[in-house]
Amino acid sequence: MSETVVSAPVVRRRGAASAAWSNARAVYIIWYRDVLRYSRERAQVVASLAQPLLYLIIFGTGLSSAIGGARFGPSGANYQTFIYPGIIGMTILFTSIFGAMSVVWDREFGFLKEVLVAPIDRSAVAIGKTLGGATRAMIQGLLLLVLAPLIGVALSVGSILGIVVLAFILAFALSALGVALAARMRSMQGFQVVMNFLMLPMFFLSGALFPLSGLPDWMTILTRLDPATYGMDAMRRAVLGSAADPLGVSLFGQIVPIWLEALILIAFGLMMLALAVRSFQVRD
Amino acid sequence: MDQPVAIAAEGLVKKFGEIEAVKGIDLSVRTGEIFGFLGPNGAGKSTTINILCTLMKATAGNAAVAGVDVERDPAGVRSRIGLVFQDPSLDQQLTARENLEFHAFMYNVPAAVRGQRIAEVLEMVDLADRANSIVMTFSGGMRRRLEIARGILHTPTVLFLDEPTIGLDPQTRRHIWSYLEALRDREKITIFMTTHYMDEAEYCDRIAIIDHGSIVGLGTPDELKATVGGDVVTITTADNHAAATELSERFQLAPMVDNGTLRVEVDDGAVFVPRLVRELSVPVESVAFRRPSLDDVFLKLTGRAIREEEAGPKDMLRMMGRAWGGRR
Repeated sequence: MSETVVSAPVVRRRGAASAAWSNARAVYIIWYRDVLRYSRERAQVVASLAQPLLYLIIFGTGLSSAIGGARFGPSGANYQTFIYPGIIGMTILFTSIFGAMSVVWDREFGFLKEVLVAPIDRSAVAIGKTLGGATRAMIQGLLLLVLAPLIGVALSVGSILGIVVLAFILAFALSALGVALAARMRSMQGFQVVMNFLMLPMFFLSGALFPLSGLPDWMTILTRLDPATYGMDAMRRAVLGSAADPLGVSLFGQIVPIWLEALILIAFGLMMLALAVRSFQVRD
Repeated sequence: MDQPVAIAAEGLVKKFGEIEAVKGIDLSVRTGEIFGFLGPNGAGKSTTINILCTLMKATAGNAAVAGVDVERDPAGVRSRIGLVFQDPSLDQQLTARENLEFHAFMYNVPAAVRGQRIAEVLEMVDLADRANSIVMTFSGGMRRRLEIARGILHTPTVLFLDEPTIGLDPQTRRHIWSYLEALRDREKITIFMTTHYMDEAEYCDRIAIIDHGSIVGLGTPDELKATVGGDVVTITTADNHAAATELSERFQLAPMVDNGTLRVEVDDGAVFVPRLVRELSVPVESVAFRRPSLDDVFLKLTGRAIREEEAGPKDMLRMMGRAWGGRR
């Protein structure tokens, strides 16, 4: 029996060189879909700003009064100013992890099947989803920069550029973590666990709400193991300027430079991405 | 004869732990035919289709789709096939066109022909005027049509459809079928589909009946019906009881009393009916005969009827999901 194949005229078949190109196109469209959906969720975007505002205005004012208007760092930032960059980081953290859960959502609603049967490498799926989630989380976090004048923080073009880069690196690292987790989850039921045992501990240990110096040893160790710590710290120093450097996180008695914090996040993100790729490559 | 083969499978086996879902299936589907895979839920239909689509690995056996081995080159197979899944798989927040654009990128449809091809497939399923509507606003039938359009967008050699009409109303189902037939003629595509609707299997060129993981019957609908033999005659009389006795004693038949009617199977209904009316002593009130249906074939091959009630709880959920649209 001969196996004559009727060849289709439209689709390019994969050669070695075109395989990389088609994977790049797949990454692009997976990313683009996330951005497109995000752009259609205007009401949701506005609603999701409510939580950071509650932290800043009510929690910030309340705790600031309770601690008698204590000042932080040599520049004498008040508590609200101190947590402002932390709240930007929190927004990025929550949006990244929530965003990655869309993988589980896609699985439950069937769209993931359309993605997984396409003739592309599964790594393109992991990379596309990570970049898509990171873009959303970054924009969501950066939206809070409009509050800077109200908080009394002066931003320059240079510092904004630095903040954008850091916001993206943090969003990338956390989205990669989220996608790596979501790739193994078969239903939304696991999400509660992720929230209570990962997202919230990461947030509370990150130093978004209090300085990470003078803590008991056990907690100092936990805070230094939390990748979000380096993002929050770098974000704080970028937003509040070099005056906030003495507040920086120390490792082995040394204050960690911002570039090293960025490197730690990138390395963590790449590790998580590799894990996500592996999870997606499993076939039944 | 040099008949091109679109799907070839030999000795396919799939085990889930101790359970053997597919027990050695051999298949040969010709290019350009509509091939139906018929069987009750849990017979192994979806498992087989998943192996052929490279979504699952077979425990044993081998298969080639469009001449490409599913084990050795899954990506090669995937670029040559189109898929319409049992469960909806559209992004309902996007428009019809955006869903197709996503697919075009994933399947590497060149930019030069992308727009034209998208317009073409939308036209084919009568959705050109709804190209820019969000899928959420679509009815179940429209979503199905869009999924079929998406399935053929990248000009696959073989289109797989897993229960393409489940949960749709009869009129929409007929509609979908007319699209599929037009498609086969226009695109010269091979269509491989599973269904548990007997009436739909009639549209197929050939059918394989699968039960408990094995193929128990294979052929054209007419060939399969011929295996039942003869015609099914339904009779109502003034006294069914007396008529039944007479049918078995004088006509040597095995009548079945069913809902106030008598059913018998005979070799040739056209010859039997006049003789019956002439010779039966009980007055005949009505008589009809028909060719055996695929239901009769299924009953004969598996000893069970395939019915709507076979739809399990998951199918009920699916149907409700279709009916209500389901927010997403």
